[in-house]
Amino acid sequence: MSEAVEPEIDVDALKEQGVDLKVAEKVAPERDSPVKVGEPLVQVENLTMKFGGLTALDKVTFDINRGEILGLIGPNGAGKTTCFNAMTGVYKPTSGTVKLEGKALNGLPQHKITRRGLARTFQNIRLFGEMTALENVVVGLDARHRTSVGGALLRLPTHVREEKSAIERGMALLEFVGIADHAQFLSRHLPYGYQRRLEIARALATDPKVLCLDEPAAGFNPAEKEELMALIRTIRDDGYTVLLIEHDMRLVMGVTDRIVVLEFGKKIADAVPKEIRENPKVISAYLGEPEDELA
Amino acid sequence: MSTTEGPTLIPDSAAAQAMADREAKGRRRRGWFPGLGDKWNALPRHIQWLWLMVVVVIAYLLPILNPPFITTEPGNNWQIALAQMSVYALVAVGLNVVVGYAGLLDLGYVAFFAVGSYTAAMFTSPDSPYLHIPYLWTLPLAMAITMFFGVLLGVPTLRLRGDYLAIVTLGFGEIVRILATIIPAMKGQVGFQNVGHPPGTDANGDPIFLNSNGTPWYWLTLTVIIIVLLLAGNLERSRVGRAWIAIREDEDAAEIMGVPTFKYKVWAFAIGASVGGLSGALFAGQVGFVNNQKFDIATSILFLAAVVLGGTGNKVGAILGGSLVAYIPLRFTSIAEFKYLIFGVALVLIMIFRSAGLLPARQRLLAYGRLAYNKLKEPPMSRRVQVTTDGGKEAGDE
Ligand SMILES: Nc1ncnc2c1ncn2[C@@H]1O[C@H](COP(=O)(O)OP(=O)(O)OP(=O)(O)O)[C@@H](O)[C@H]1O
Ligand SMILES: [Mg+2]
Repeated sequence: MSEAVEPEIDVDALKEQGVDLKVAEKVAPERDSPVKVGEPLVQVENLTMKFGGLTALDKVTFDINRGEILGLIGPNGAGKTTCFNAMTGVYKPTSGTVKLEGKALNGLPQHKITRRGLARTFQNIRLFGEMTALENVVVGLDARHRTSVGGALLRLPTHVREEKSAIERGMALLEFVGIADHAQFLSRHLPYGYQRRLEIARALATDPKVLCLDEPAAGFNPAEKEELMALIRTIRDDGYTVLLIEHDMRLVMGVTDRIVVLEFGKKIADAVPKEIRENPKVISAYLGEPEDELA
Repeated sequence: MSTTEGPTLIPDSAAAQAMADREAKGRRRRGWFPGLGDKWNALPRHIQWLWLMVVVVIAYLLPILNPPFITTEPGNNWQIALAQMSVYALVAVGLNVVVGYAGLLDLGYVAFFAVGSYTAAMFTSPDSPYLHIPYLWTLPLAMAITMFFGVLLGVPTLRLRGDYLAIVTLGFGEIVRILATIIPAMKGQVGFQNVGHPPGTDANGDPIFLNSNGTPWYWLTLTVIIIVLLLAGNLERSRVGRAWIAIREDEDAAEIMGVPTFKYKVWAFAIGASVGGLSGALFAGQVGFVNNQKFDIATSILFLAAVVLGGTGNKVGAILGGSLVAYIPLRFTSIAEFKYLIFGVALVLIMIFRSAGLLPARQRLLAYGRLAYNKLKEPPMSRRVQVTTDGGKEAGDE
């Protein structure tokens, strides 16, 4: 599944963190997609989102290829989060379509979009505070479970099997993001960085084809950011496709395969990191930002 | 998540310490019996079962023991008081599914109680011209009918949130009461006498289930409560319970994580309603008389008070709350008139002190969670944080 990628991750450092590199096999043993690696898995076409007079997204078109890490960047208020929301069904787009594996997602309820394989995290962490870390992850795993209310009520065999495997897989995911030793703590009591990681674990639990991360490293120090980027690479190498919003340009350049740049709701660039760095439109869009962010 | 209680930006040990403090503080503040839930959860499974057996045996013996000081006599017959308390406890268990688990504020729960009561009355009372069936059959029937009404009310309203839902359910509660008044077949204030009861006669040939004898009714309701509790526990430790709590915590995030929120809200409504209907049918049987006077909004609020008092979200707390709400006016007859005032003040106090009620134990949401947590080699807090406060130590065990 990871044939198209040259793993340039620091495997030793990850192992030191206690990261299990084979999470995909444990979490989603029979993941399969009709889309080949490198071909468009998600197609965003002319996506437009208007809030009254404000056009937050203006005919945005881009593809996410299977197996890549696509960066989505842009100055504050450019419409990145809005793009996530329009894709995942939180907002109903004013016009335009989003296709996953060639099938349109428009009009589907959010939970169905998630089950189709589009999972996300939130810019402002939104965990289930009164649940433990493990329970949070298991809610994500439930997206793939088949137990009915009756089955749960009477503890039918499917339910028992799913509950047991959910705990195994949930713990594997927590281990993967490096917070397994905090599994039994209420998520609202977890340290900030752990909450961010838990959000990723919970999104991964829904067994997505595409994982959309909205500023997962916000508020991290450089060392933590580095760790997180290594984690994101591992996720990709495990066969997931990643859409990443991130402000730290240096970081985005380092981790992504391709970058889409938004400004005032319009796409102004779509290229590999090296070209983005030299793109005059992008430079001017970021002109207000400190120099070193572009370096 | 509130910003004041939010996570810290400080890394590692400092953050871990802060987390331990939060964890400990959270536990200290909540509830009137702090730590009880944690201590209980820390017990091994078989010890828990042993304790439960003791509690259940005592519960069954209560009408015979008639314990001094606790008893409601001479003011009120103790056995009948127990029967009423058990009905209220069952109501609270049902409402707890809606309010405590799914976080849906239902101010018209009494409507389901009423539907259940009328089902039992109209299918068994000689005053009713309709089909008559044995009383015990009305229990599942009442559940089915109220469940239907739960879905009927839930489907159009559960797309509403918060205050709107509260108002609509409030209206529904009134509608049922008013229908009982204006529909001739429901006989308004005249009502239905001699509602049926379960079969069986004692040695003298008298029926066991008499309206004047609370003991068999209490035992019947207690048995029903135990069954409902076991089933509710099964739901709680499954994707259903997790979906409900997720909806309560953050409905949008739940939906995005693949929880069909609307479906599970309707399920919460339907299940809550059916338990309400069941308790209504038991109530009608025990009292033996049903008319339109007992199902007002104030009763709805009293039910809600029972849940909040007991500890929102905790089914054992709900039982305690339900029993207390019925018990206090019966035990202290001189203040019975002021029961709304008393429970109102109690609610306000709970809100002010942000207490989580009498029994604030958190629900366990994983069927085999104990297994998973036991597998953790050592609790991280005791390893990372040099424990200095008793609070920190508390966070370490579990
Ligand atoms: N629900 C909404 N109603 C009205 N306007 C909105 C809504 N959501 C977003 N907007 C507006 O859309 C624009 C894009 O916002 P968005 O949150 O997508 O920016 P962003 O690129 O994620 O920025 P940041 O980097 O700060 O997160 C902003 O001007 C914002 O005010
Ligand atoms: Mg944003």
